[in-house]
Amino acid sequence: MIENVRLSFQGIWSHKMRSFLTMLGIIIGIASIISIVSTIQGTNEQIKKNLIGSGNNTVSVKLSQGEWDYEISYNGIPNGVPVISESTRQEILDLPEVENVALYTARTYADGVFYKNQSLQGANVYGIDAHYFDTAGYIVRTGRQFIESDYKEFRKVAIIDDTAATVLFQEENPLGKTIEINKEPFIVVGVAQQLQEFEPVINSIDDYYMYTTESSGTVYIPSASWCIVYQYDEPQNVLLKATSTEDMSSAGKQAEDILNKYVSADNSDIKYKAADVLQTARNLQELSNATNSQLIWIASISLLVGGIGVMNIMLVSVTERTSEIGLKKAIGAKKRRILGQFLTEAAVLTSLGGVIGVGVGIGLSEVINQISGTPIAISIPAAVGSVLFSMMIGIIFGLLPSIKAANLNPIDALRHE
Amino acid sequence: MILKMEHIYKDYIQGKMIVPVLKDINLEVEEGEYVAIMGPSGSGKSTLMNIIGCLDKPTKGTFFLDGQKVLEQKENQVAEVRLRSIGFVFQNFQLLPKLTALDNVALPLIYAGVKKKERRKRAKLALERVGLGDRLDFVPNQLSGGQKQRVAIARAMVNNPKILLADEPTGALDSKSSHQVMELFAELNREGVTVIMITHDAHVAECAKRIVDIFDGEISERTRKGETA
Repeated sequence: MIENVRLSFQGIWSHKMRSFLTMLGIIIGIASIISIVSTIQGTNEQIKKNLIGSGNNTVSVKLSQGEWDYEISYNGIPNGVPVISESTRQEILDLPEVENVALYTARTYADGVFYKNQSLQGANVYGIDAHYFDTAGYIVRTGRQFIESDYKEFRKVAIIDDTAATVLFQEENPLGKTIEINKEPFIVVGVAQQLQEFEPVINSIDDYYMYTTESSGTVYIPSASWCIVYQYDEPQNVLLKATSTEDMSSAGKQAEDILNKYVSADNSDIKYKAADVLQTARNLQELSNATNSQLIWIASISLLVGGIGVMNIMLVSVTERTSEIGLKKAIGAKKRRILGQFLTEAAVLTSLGGVIGVGVGIGLSEVINQISGTPIAISIPAAVGSVLFSMMIGIIFGLLPSIKAANLNPIDALRHE
Repeated sequence: MILKMEHIYKDYIQGKMIVPVLKDINLEVEEGEYVAIMGPSGSGKSTLMNIIGCLDKPTKGTFFLDGQKVLEQKENQVAEVRLRSIGFVFQNFQLLPKLTALDNVALPLIYAGVKKKERRKRAKLALERVGLGDRLDFVPNQLSGGQKQRVAIARAMVNNPKILLADEPTGALDSKSSHQVMELFAELNREGVTVIMITHDAHVAECAKRIVDIFDGEISERTRKGETA
């Protein structure tokens, strides 16, 4: 066997040009497949990364009406949806997939946030509990977090994020300044920012709409002070941190179920819904896979053509070596030997083509990445699979010529010059 | 009796005609004999040689070789007989051009399942025996005709077969090389190898202890006048 492989390499080497041309079909086919697969993988990984964000594994479970977030500012406080109690929060926190849970009330596109004459247009106002920043992966960059007495004494204090700080205060130091939320004065005690900055990779205008979360600034106030601004206690939303990225979907789903137990709204459309980032990523990936897997079929045609080329050249090789085959049979080689020799040769030839094809494919992927910025990810299983597949092509298409060789009549073969 | 042929017939079909090539051949060869089968071209001697070498099958008749009924055996078993019992020497040497002398000689040992180290050792010994111990790594192109034929003889003998079957072994050689080859055959025969040689050359046939003439598909034993070694 090893002897056969060694002889095959010798044979390939002694017909360099011919072997290369024979392998070309396989090389092109494998290279195309490798570059297509790495583009698909790259795109998929990027979709996932962009959606998962900084890898903080946070899942938001929001009160929804049908497909959309339930907007309290338009629809009022819904009937049959209770304020989430501490024991419900604990219930979610007890899930093995959940690391931390925060409750928050929210207004989006809130107007009425001012510092002097400067307004924060389309602001988010969040009433948060003490767990929020930890769960969301935010830190207070300057100033302080909310403390127990802020909640106990219903203090009118606020923490603003970077965007809000820039819009409202420009160069000024926001700490200690008084801002106005719905005509109520709040003192800024801190500026918050995300612990790990994450910038989604944007390659196209579609990506931009998909991944850019437009933020016009967020103001956080203690949940206890919410009614000072908005009069009522409202059902909160839940932000949870899953123990791992893989657990995000199931953690969100279970939290959803726990919360919906307590919901008895007349309108059955109103319920808690977890944003399933992984599912969204899968959907997007399926979309991109569907387009790209067509390309793999096209590339496979090149492999088929390559295989036929191998068969052709092996037939030529059998004819050329008729007398060699005859001699080997005359001095006692069994059919199986001759068959093995030619099959090995075909398999070595195409495997070599496969290896070169993988190399070319990786190079090609890099070039595609450089030119068009398409993300790529080299897949080791795909590379190994490609080489094995090309070996299989060699065996399949080498079978006919090898059988022909093994069945040669030694007398005719010896007479052949 | 190392070889026994009884009523061997061989017909070829040419278009719609049946051409008889061998007609009722009866031949017995004892172990250790040195037989030359002599005849002009077209006499059927190559066909006879192919049948003796188990490369071809007769149309009818019975044939024993080294105690085995070759005609009833499967292809793989026949290959085994060729491997173990017969060593072939051809007119045009039939060496593989890409392999060195050593690798050419070692080839039958591969089929016999001999380990690589042992193969090299035995091939080297066989080449030394034919006087080519200093040409181990030469490829056929670097060797003269006589040397090539001696490599072929080394290959034929490397598996220690009982029969050496030679088809016009000197046909492509000059007289000096021919002489060397014939001496080698005589030597091998003295060591106990049965030599069966096919030739059309009377001089070469003279080297054998026994000459069988073949003409038009029929054989006749020649009575020897003198003895040659």
